[in-house]
Amino acid sequence: MSGHAAPVHITARSAGFVHDVWSIALRAIRQLPRDVETTGPALAIPLFFLIINVGSLQDIAGFTSIEIDYKAFQLPVAIVFAVTGVSRAPALVLDIQGGYFDRLMLTPVSRRALLLGHMVADFVLVVVLVIPVVVLGFVIGVRFPTGPLGVLMFVFIGACWGVAYTGIPYAIALKTGNPGAVNSSFLLFFPFAFVTSSFVPLENMTGWLGTAAEYNPVTYLLEGLRSLFVGWDAAALGKSFLAIAALGAISQTMAFLALRGRVARG
Amino acid sequence: MSAIRAEGLVRRFGDVTAVDGVDLEVSEGEIYGFLGPNGAGKSTVVRMLCTLLLPTAGRARVGGLDVVDDAHEVRFSIGVALQDAALDDRMTGREILTTQGRLFGLHKGEIAQRIEELGPILEVDALDRLVGTYSGGMKRRLDLATSLIHNPSVLFLDEPTTGLDPPSRLRVWDEVRRLNRDFGMTVFLTTQYLEEADELAGRVGIINNGTLVAEGTPGELKRSIGTDVVLAELDRDHDRAVEILRSVEGVAQVDHFGDEVVIATSNGSATLSPVALALDRAGIVVTQLSLRTPTLDDVFLEVTGTRFEGGDQ
Repeated sequence: MSGHAAPVHITARSAGFVHDVWSIALRAIRQLPRDVETTGPALAIPLFFLIINVGSLQDIAGFTSIEIDYKAFQLPVAIVFAVTGVSRAPALVLDIQGGYFDRLMLTPVSRRALLLGHMVADFVLVVVLVIPVVVLGFVIGVRFPTGPLGVLMFVFIGACWGVAYTGIPYAIALKTGNPGAVNSSFLLFFPFAFVTSSFVPLENMTGWLGTAAEYNPVTYLLEGLRSLFVGWDAAALGKSFLAIAALGAISQTMAFLALRGRVARG
Repeated sequence: MSAIRAEGLVRRFGDVTAVDGVDLEVSEGEIYGFLGPNGAGKSTVVRMLCTLLLPTAGRARVGGLDVVDDAHEVRFSIGVALQDAALDDRMTGREILTTQGRLFGLHKGEIAQRIEELGPILEVDALDRLVGTYSGGMKRRLDLATSLIHNPSVLFLDEPTTGLDPPSRLRVWDEVRRLNRDFGMTVFLTTQYLEEADELAGRVGIINNGTLVAEGTPGELKRSIGTDVVLAELDRDHDRAVEILRSVEGVAQVDHFGDEVVIATSNGSATLSPVALALDRAGIVVTQLSLRTPTLDDVFLEVTGTRFEGGDQ
């Protein structure tokens, strides 16, 4: 074990914030194909919902004010199911439980980069999950009058929503360090997923359901995504980005507060 | 300058005081052994010194920097291998080393060079395998290599050989000696193995119930309780034997632990016969009488009143 001289010129130095984020992201992205058990169900569920919802509810479309094909009407719902709650938070819990998080904490890495790096990987993941859903949409006959740019915008909005939501599972992961709690974070989304215009347009919803849907950010997300099947509608897109920003502000604040608690050395 | 200096370090967890006013001074280039049984407070001290945990009271400096106020700067100069190998089973060995190197600002070429230099510790052939497939010993060595990727000047090793087989343990010992000898690296090593502290450390601190109870070179500590130890095993009458032996000429100290009566003396061979005679005259039956040089276990017994209950085999 002897006879190897270490060069003295190699010493630690600050890598910089962007480099830190990218280093953490690179590690997380590399692990994506190794965690098929996480990505597999995340892809199967939206594809399942798209086929079932279209098959079972297509005929009621005629009784509503839906102006687009019902398959196109449902595609955004599938996208939202594909990207919501999908994150590297379960992997973060494993890092905490296995001690690797401590290993990272012993480096001079920016603490915010620990979270942002994972979110970069999440963005890659949700884009990867959105693409097969969009492809299935094309296969069943959904078309974008807004052209390729509309498709890109559709994927981009979906991915932004997915990343905005990740703050919730990360907050739970960092607060509890418990994989069960993280896995249940998707349940928090259920009321938002169903008390909205998932099946019929907002104007066809009445009573308390209609009122609740008006305050649900998912409603505006869906309307923004659906607008791309009609034409470029700046107002609808603007509202969907506002909905994403509102969700992101809340969930990411929760996540970064939880991160602060986790790294507080208390 | 001291590589590590702690003054009145205290850490409480609720009502429990895990570390209670520890003072330490470790010189640059020294191997310091921090010895204590499970739950003594060793790991808590390490976690405070390596910036993972805030002290409840007291101060500590590593490399001249305060571990609370200058925590970020401290991290550039320390390498830490925690008690449980802090690795990710879903990464390969090379990925872990590369990620670690990047976070310490090392470039691609520098990381490759360091991996090559750390080859003696690593199983180079296994570097591209997932860590989940590694044996316990391989994980430990990868953990050590990971903590060395950025050439730290102070290395904290928290029970680095716990759970390792004897050949792996010797390999880690050799590497610790080499790092200290060739690069002047300061090593702060916690252990529950008396032999490990004896073999590796220039100085040893003994911690028990969160308090530093003794400190010195292994030789100094052993000499502090006498040059030799006479050990008498009895079935009964231990307390009476202790009383009788205290008045025997040449006996410096007598303690009783379990079936053993431990007699510290400056001249073992000269004291052996008087001890045997005194016990025989008192009608106390001795099942075994032996003479040996003191161990750190005897030191621990001397300063705490109990035998060391660490992991020595």
